[in-house]
Amino acid sequence: MVDTPLSDSAAKDPSRLRLALQSDFIYQFKRSPVAVVSFAITLLLVLSAIFAPLIAPYDPFDPGSLNLMNGFSAPMTPNAFTGDSFWLGTDDQGRDVFSTILYGMRISLFVGAAAVAFAMVLGITLGLLAGYVGGWTETIIMRIADVQLTFPSILVAMLIFGVAKGVTPVEYRDQMAIWVLIIAIGLSDWVQFARVVRGATLVEKNKEYVAAAKLIGRTGPAIMLRHILPNVLSPVLVIATISLALAIIAEATLSFLGVGAPPTQPSLGTLIRIGQGFLFSGEWWILLFPALTLLTLALSVNLLGDWLRDALNPRLR
Amino acid sequence: MLAYIIQRIGQSALVLLIVGLVAFSMFRFVGDPIDNMLGQERTQEDIDRLRGQLGLDQPFVMQYVKFLGGAVQGNFGVSYRQGRPVSEILLERAPATLELAAVSGFLAISIGIGLGVFTAIRRNGITANVIMSASLIGVSLPTFLIGILLIYLFSVELGWLPSFGRGETVKIGNWSTGFLTETGLKALILPSITLGLYQMTLIMRLVRSEMLEVLRQDYIRFARARGLRERAVNFRHALKNTLVPVITVTGLQLGSIIAFAIITETVFQWPGVGLLFINAIQFVDIPVMAAYLMLISVMFVGINLIVDLLYFAIDPRLRVDRTGGH
Repeated sequence: MVDTPLSDSAAKDPSRLRLALQSDFIYQFKRSPVAVVSFAITLLLVLSAIFAPLIAPYDPFDPGSLNLMNGFSAPMTPNAFTGDSFWLGTDDQGRDVFSTILYGMRISLFVGAAAVAFAMVLGITLGLLAGYVGGWTETIIMRIADVQLTFPSILVAMLIFGVAKGVTPVEYRDQMAIWVLIIAIGLSDWVQFARVVRGATLVEKNKEYVAAAKLIGRTGPAIMLRHILPNVLSPVLVIATISLALAIIAEATLSFLGVGAPPTQPSLGTLIRIGQGFLFSGEWWILLFPALTLLTLALSVNLLGDWLRDALNPRLR
Repeated sequence: MLAYIIQRIGQSALVLLIVGLVAFSMFRFVGDPIDNMLGQERTQEDIDRLRGQLGLDQPFVMQYVKFLGGAVQGNFGVSYRQGRPVSEILLERAPATLELAAVSGFLAISIGIGLGVFTAIRRNGITANVIMSASLIGVSLPTFLIGILLIYLFSVELGWLPSFGRGETVKIGNWSTGFLTETGLKALILPSITLGLYQMTLIMRLVRSEMLEVLRQDYIRFARARGLRERAVNFRHALKNTLVPVITVTGLQLGSIIAFAIITETVFQWPGVGLLFINAIQFVDIPVMAAYLMLISVMFVGINLIVDLLYFAIDPRLRVDRTGGH
């Protein structure tokens, strides 16, 4: 009789981890080869980007470790002058292509993830406000979203980048470029989050638990953040994953066009831009390997996002 | 119905006014125009005189109205970098972009619809499946990589086609065209494929799924029962009924073709408006950026409006809903 149902279940209850592993979600994941493979590749790429300084055989940004004589070494072949051999060859300045890719991926992933995080926070905040408060707030926010949606997001990002570049003093432009890029891509991408969150909020706010929260006197912000937000998060997660793939490609495109990461902090797009210059002279590896890395990264994140969308949608089961 | 049209036009005008405000703010607050236009050796009198000339001593709202007035007449000021009127530069560059966009659009629509119908009719054929899988890759490859890939294949390895520029052009009045020379036509091939590929796959997949939907309908079965030839059934009966959504999507995609021309033009060093815009961003040439923004938004808003009104004209159900509801 003293045993409450709570302590009873707690006794039977294995650890939270075990519970998570037995969940439906993990079961679905294990059954999908595409999901497992794309997750493994994404994880591998992300880890090698994070630990780039440990993995990379050379530090491409340390002028002391560079030997100009090593320039244009083909992959896996010893250099004619120095006899050094590089896995994926070297570029014109003798930088190891494998190392520049690792560091470049670091910047690409950082910009992509930070931009999506920024877009997510902005989109969720505005979406919650529009859905919960309604009225003029909603009209203004959703009108802005509509106007922005008329234009392709890459164009919006370019414009924001251009304006921000004009505002920053010349001597800081290269240093600030990465942050400007994050803001530009983030601002071009918040609309989707806002629309989805607003839609879900409109549904949630009429449910009884929200009425109950109001009744016990919780304030608007508390209801939005503590009660509604957790219930609208799963579609946000799906959009975030797909947005990440798009943001990585957007960053690469901008950098490739020369309006993104500067040559001093090359992302994968910058590397492809540099590599394109050597296409005609026969040094194909300077272009090919960064391009393949970008493709693999974007494709695996994209596939993961696709799977997530299907897995979190109960109607598709 | 008239009310809806007026409301829709009003909305478009409002969007343009807001974009105009953004463009004007860029103009006014990003960098000091006086700094950009006068050299190092300037006196306070010069500054005051130019300020008066440009109307910078007037209140903000007046300046905005003047800017809009100028923009409507095609006057966007003088490029900081080239020192020439922006409208002149834009007019010079426009034919290159418009010809590229026209060819890409044509390719996207004709090949897209053709392949869409083909993959729908031969749903289980090997060729159709290969095309469908290839289109998936086409969607996930970034535009600039497709361009580089084509350059590598057809310019570097095979040496068939030029990798940059427009080739020789012929001037007809103010319009310089690449359609009339052999090098001009050759130069168009790779950029237009690069630019049109994404839209092509999009149209193809859309036509395919719409066709599959329509081919299941009773009237198609009835047409077959009447002994109509397969070709007549597929094209006259089925394809015709898939065209409403296709027209909408295609219309909206036309705008993106011009926007994405920026990327293609950079890859192929195509001397169009998009390349001009990218260079303007790199050199913070605000008047050119503002003019491009205005131009492209007029186009986008215009296309959106036309598509909306077209949809409204094509689909009678919409009309009933709108007028009945209010």
